[in-house]
Amino acid sequence: MFNPEFERLSLPHLKELQLERLKWSVRHSYEHNAHYRQTFDAAGFHPDQLKSLDDLQRVPFLTKQEMRERAPFGLFAAPMKDVIRVHSSSGTTGNATVVGYTRSDIDLWATLMARTIASAGGSSEDVLQVAYGYGLFTGGLGAHYGGEKIGATVIPISGGGTDRQLMVMRDFGTTMLACTPSYAINMAEFAAKQMPDFDFRKTKLRRGIFGAEPWTEGMRQEIEQAMGIDAYDIYGLSEVIGPGVSCECSAKSGLHVFEDFFLVEIIDPETGQVLPEGEVGEIVYTSLTKECCPVIRYRSRDITRLYREGCSCGRTLVKMEKVRGRSDDMLIIRGVNVFPSQIEALLMEIEGVEPHYQIIVDRQGALDDIEVRVEVEEEIFSDELKVMNALSGKIAARMRSILGLSAKITLVEPQSIERSQGKAKRVIDRRQKI
Amino acid sequence: MILTQLSIFLENKPGRLQHILQVLADNTINIQTLTIAEVNDFGILRLLVDKPEEAFAALRKEQITCSKTDVLAVVIEDRPGALHHLIDAFSRHQINIEYVYAFMGRHESKPVMIFRFDNLATAMDALQSEGYTLMPRAVIQAE
Repeated sequence: MFNPEFERLSLPHLKELQLERLKWSVRHSYEHNAHYRQTFDAAGFHPDQLKSLDDLQRVPFLTKQEMRERAPFGLFAAPMKDVIRVHSSSGTTGNATVVGYTRSDIDLWATLMARTIASAGGSSEDVLQVAYGYGLFTGGLGAHYGGEKIGATVIPISGGGTDRQLMVMRDFGTTMLACTPSYAINMAEFAAKQMPDFDFRKTKLRRGIFGAEPWTEGMRQEIEQAMGIDAYDIYGLSEVIGPGVSCECSAKSGLHVFEDFFLVEIIDPETGQVLPEGEVGEIVYTSLTKECCPVIRYRSRDITRLYREGCSCGRTLVKMEKVRGRSDDMLIIRGVNVFPSQIEALLMEIEGVEPHYQIIVDRQGALDDIEVRVEVEEEIFSDELKVMNALSGKIAARMRSILGLSAKITLVEPQSIERSQGKAKRVIDRRQKI
Repeated sequence: MILTQLSIFLENKPGRLQHILQVLADNTINIQTLTIAEVNDFGILRLLVDKPEEAFAALRKEQITCSKTDVLAVVIEDRPGALHHLIDAFSRHQINIEYVYAFMGRHESKPVMIFRFDNLATAMDALQSEGYTLMPRAVIQAE
């Protein structure tokens, strides 16, 4: 355990610490950010009114939409001279959310990821291969700093180049792997097919922390069997800090939330009412110590359940179940967050008309496949094949540059996309549900 | 002189061509020539019919994606080298052909080739200066 004094706090001590930090966080947000001041004022709430943890329910929610509208820096509560890093959620268009970190935020994040690594059995003895993408995405650098914090030997290989990943894993003696679960399966499949001499069991690989997309128990077994390792689920979202919000422990059942830094509530996504502990609903995050981008009651749209139990790992922190789904239409494809509205906007931009389209997500082997079907109306039809091919090529290229996803674009006849009550069914997700 | 060709977007799956031909049959449209250009998932069906305007309206009514395109029907001799001679003329005049296909019937016992050009006027001038005959529209299209 990286911070046993905090990860094993008794509930009364935890609540006390949370209240003290919450008071600071709410006041800090109010005093240093115009958006929070505005929304708190509009709701008739003042930080002085916060006397107990329950008083948090009087504070308005923060939505992803509000974060986008105020991007890039409208939710910063620290002067730019104190901001040492920015990250951004998937996408580079107006739909992205941008988060900033002060030096102490970065240090907090490194601590959270060090805890995560420790929770999966890692230590300064480990050689950590970070195969999450480095860059604006929080995965790569988040795992990297956590690895350094705990004193592991970090290999910052980033994502992709599967043959090189495997050679580095073998030659550098990687003991711990960090990447998306689908990429881990992809690696295993690649090794089996393309590198018959490669045997994971002859490498030093023992454990892996996998996250950034929902995955199933079946996928865990597949990874564990193929690589001969223990596979742990890690969870986080860039709006809150990045990976390191919660993680599995040796019990591999539920993810401990680092409650000393994030206060979590479960609400009814319809009414916004807080639900009692143990009920299923949308998880809402409040950061307790973040300086640059404090989140106060951030609606994650992730559906899960929180529960407390005497965990065999010794942590007293509340557990959350694997996320069951979303209360909005966001899709996570190969770790990339995609809203159907982004695809719609992109089609609008290219064609100048609002086409009927359908997004089909499937998992062929390890990786998610995305296909976008577009109905060819007269406005976009040409009797020349080269023009039609250029159209699908352009859509595919825009998908790649804006969303970072390679998609198959299929042009289909009008009315061929299934309608329900006149409206086209926008998304078909054929991936196995958790 | 100029013929109206119908171009129809067609998905590459069973029943699609059948559906379009059904619509044309139901509206007593006679097909003069039919050709399909295809890529992986879809194709473009190109048709010369006797009543293009009626056919176009009928297809649209069925929400079939369809467009009208102007094409030229060039009469050539029925002997070796005749098509080469024609294409050579376009080549010399620096005229680019978008696509070409053969007309199913004959005009005054001679073969006919259907051409689509991006610049129709230039192509017509070139054909005239080279002494080619265009099949009159009235031969197949009443409207």
